Amino acid sequence: MSGVRAITSFGRRAAFNSRLAVNAPVCFAYARQYSSVQTRVAQFMGQKNANGNYTVSFIEGDGIGPEISKSVKRIFSAAEAPIEWETVDVTPILKDGKTAIPDAAIQSIEKNLVALKGPLATPIGKGHVSLNLTLRRTFNLFANVRPCKSIQGYKTPYDNVDTVLIRENTEGEYSGIEHIVVPGVVQSIKLITRDASERVLKFAFEYAQAIGKKKVRVVHKATIMKMSDGLFLSIAREIAKKFPDIEFDEELLDNACLKMTTDPAPYADKVLVMPNLYGDILSDMCAGLIGGLGLTPSGNIGDKCSIFEAVHGSAPDIAGQDKANPTALLLSSIMMLQHMGLYSHAEKIQKAIFQTLAEGKALTGDLGGKASTTQYTDAIISNLQ
Amino acid sequence: MFAARQPAVKSVLGSLKSQNAIRSFATATDMQPTKIGGKYTVTLIPGDGIGAEVSDSVKQIFKADNVPVQWEQVDATGVITGKEHPESLFKESVLSLKRNKVGLKGILYTPVERSGHQSFNVALRQELDIYASVVLIKNIPGYQTRHSGVDFCLIRENTEGEYSGLEHQSVPGVVESLKIVTKMKSERISKFAFAFAKANNRKKVTCIHKANIMKLADGLFRQTFHEVAKDYPSLEVNDLIVDNASMQAVGKPQQFDVLVMPNLYGSILSNIGAALVGGPGVIPGCNMGREHAVFEPGCRHVGLDIKGKNEANPTAMLLSASMMLRHLNLDDHATRLSQAVYGVIADGKVRTRDMQGTSTTQEFTNAVLKKLETL
Repeated sequence: MSGVRAITSFGRRAAFNSRLAVNAPVCFAYARQYSSVQTRVAQFMGQKNANGNYTVSFIEGDGIGPEISKSVKRIFSAAEAPIEWETVDVTPILKDGKTAIPDAAIQSIEKNLVALKGPLATPIGKGHVSLNLTLRRTFNLFANVRPCKSIQGYKTPYDNVDTVLIRENTEGEYSGIEHIVVPGVVQSIKLITRDASERVLKFAFEYAQAIGKKKVRVVHKATIMKMSDGLFLSIAREIAKKFPDIEFDEELLDNACLKMTTDPAPYADKVLVMPNLYGDILSDMCAGLIGGLGLTPSGNIGDKCSIFEAVHGSAPDIAGQDKANPTALLLSSIMMLQHMGLYSHAEKIQKAIFQTLAEGKALTGDLGGKASTTQYTDAIISNLQ
Repeated sequence: MFAARQPAVKSVLGSLKSQNAIRSFATATDMQPTKIGGKYTVTLIPGDGIGAEVSDSVKQIFKADNVPVQWEQVDATGVITGKEHPESLFKESVLSLKRNKVGLKGILYTPVERSGHQSFNVALRQELDIYASVVLIKNIPGYQTRHSGVDFCLIRENTEGEYSGLEHQSVPGVVESLKIVTKMKSERISKFAFAFAKANNRKKVTCIHKANIMKLADGLFRQTFHEVAKDYPSLEVNDLIVDNASMQAVGKPQQFDVLVMPNLYGSILSNIGAALVGGPGVIPGCNMGREHAVFEPGCRHVGLDIKGKNEANPTAMLLSASMMLRHLNLDDHATRLSQAVYGVIADGKVRTRDMQGTSTTQEFTNAVLKKLETL
């Protein structure tokens, strides 16, 4: 089985896969050229270790990273989640003149198949590809999942947000193919392929099933980009036929922006799926609806490995002062537990977090409270019971 | 309220003329349409969806107020029924606009199907080179929304970027779509934005981009923006990545003043912006070029779903028409129209369904007509 999964992306990252592919019959590569519907996309294949726990790679990150990571570790151990952490360092190294992640980190994530990640500071200076991008490429993380749910206890102009966005993460407007035709004239290429579209769309339907949402909606701009978004849309319609229990519809990007900002409530029963740029913009917009990036989790799903992360910055200005809000990383860790099939632990911890936020007694500074990271963590732990 | 904003476009045009010296690309020629027989001839393209109803509202009000405008109506449509020839009607509307130099337009439907025709709306803007879309996002007095104190303008590049229409399929299942960004067009839209900001006593101009990812394309746009900014030292300048801007827009929209951006981001932000202050039915807009000006509702929704139900909100079209009157130097009529529309909304008795009212389009129009009599 693992052989089959490893081969799924054969060709797309041949170099990286060469060592994985050896134990799989090559003929599978042809049988599985386009993702088929027999197996779930990106299913977690990890095994428990001798202690009955799953090992998870933990990239604690920079700035406030270590503090909020500590908070997650304390809460997980209090909740008796069957997780053992393996801390990894992803400080980039230069390999053949390119930014790369240290081999030890790659090996850890490849072995554990799942990682939790705090914020990373992007190194300033030319020639550096962002580390997030490097991670995305190394592990071929093709889908970005961004749920946003209103936090009871933190008031914004919107109080009924419960959206899930899935963003294609490998191509589209972020293909990186650009050139100067003549000085002053630039072409930037948005790349849409059947492979990548099919995979993310299929994942979106399966994700909707997994989290109990009944509808999937594709967001597009096929009126203008008839071929590229048109391809994405037509593949969506194809895939939808294979999921008769999920209601499928489509919405223009303009409309989605308008309607979500007017009233997000009708989006609570849907999973939205879209090409890269639209997903980037709309997922941040949804985060804005509930109060910013400090409260939103995110999951990057790959064929084999998946990385769950807080998408906010590393906030070097308050690093080490016990002031940071660990909520985004905590909620990401809950997505991770769900991905691993540990639903009861996820439920338990999530309840304690939401209860603590709703009580409003131990909120961190960014939410208008006075509590330290430690006090907020203590409050969650006491609510675990 | 709107009256205060109105000098906007007109004074922009004025300032364009006075700044010829530094305007290498976006130089305004004499764009004033001429009066014939005491009247301006204006192209009216009602468009699809709710277009006919809201245009009818404009026509009734213009007639009642004796506005010296003679309509030259072209019923172009993007809905293919098999009977008409949409291409020829579209060409006719382009010719009419070229002749009259000024138009009022609803939105033309664009099919999603890949075999369908290209967007006539986009083709029209490219054909006439009406490069600057201006959309005003401002709270309407007396109409409460989730946000208050919102008052910003979107200046959107209208003729290139993601809407270039250049796409190809390299092999089956692999499609490339070209986004074109040019120095020339980035420069003229930036200049337009700064001139607009100055003419309207705005303080800050923000460039919206995604230059961290599209380093060359959006990078060129952003770099050009900052180069142009040097000619306007009195204005505050900053730039913002489009995803952050969208997040800020729903969180703290009060921080925005004048925003300038490439094509697609304009579509996104004008819709988010519309939602902040009351929806597409209340957002006016226009598309300005060197010679032509076409006024149309700011967030460009066809409204096929409520077509013919007499429930569309004509506010966006009426305010766009008011902007047009100001462009034609018919300031008195423009002010009366916008005051009447704002007056009816502020009274709160006659509102269409999108503003949680129960009035029909015609009832709203009647209320505006009645209000005009009192002004």
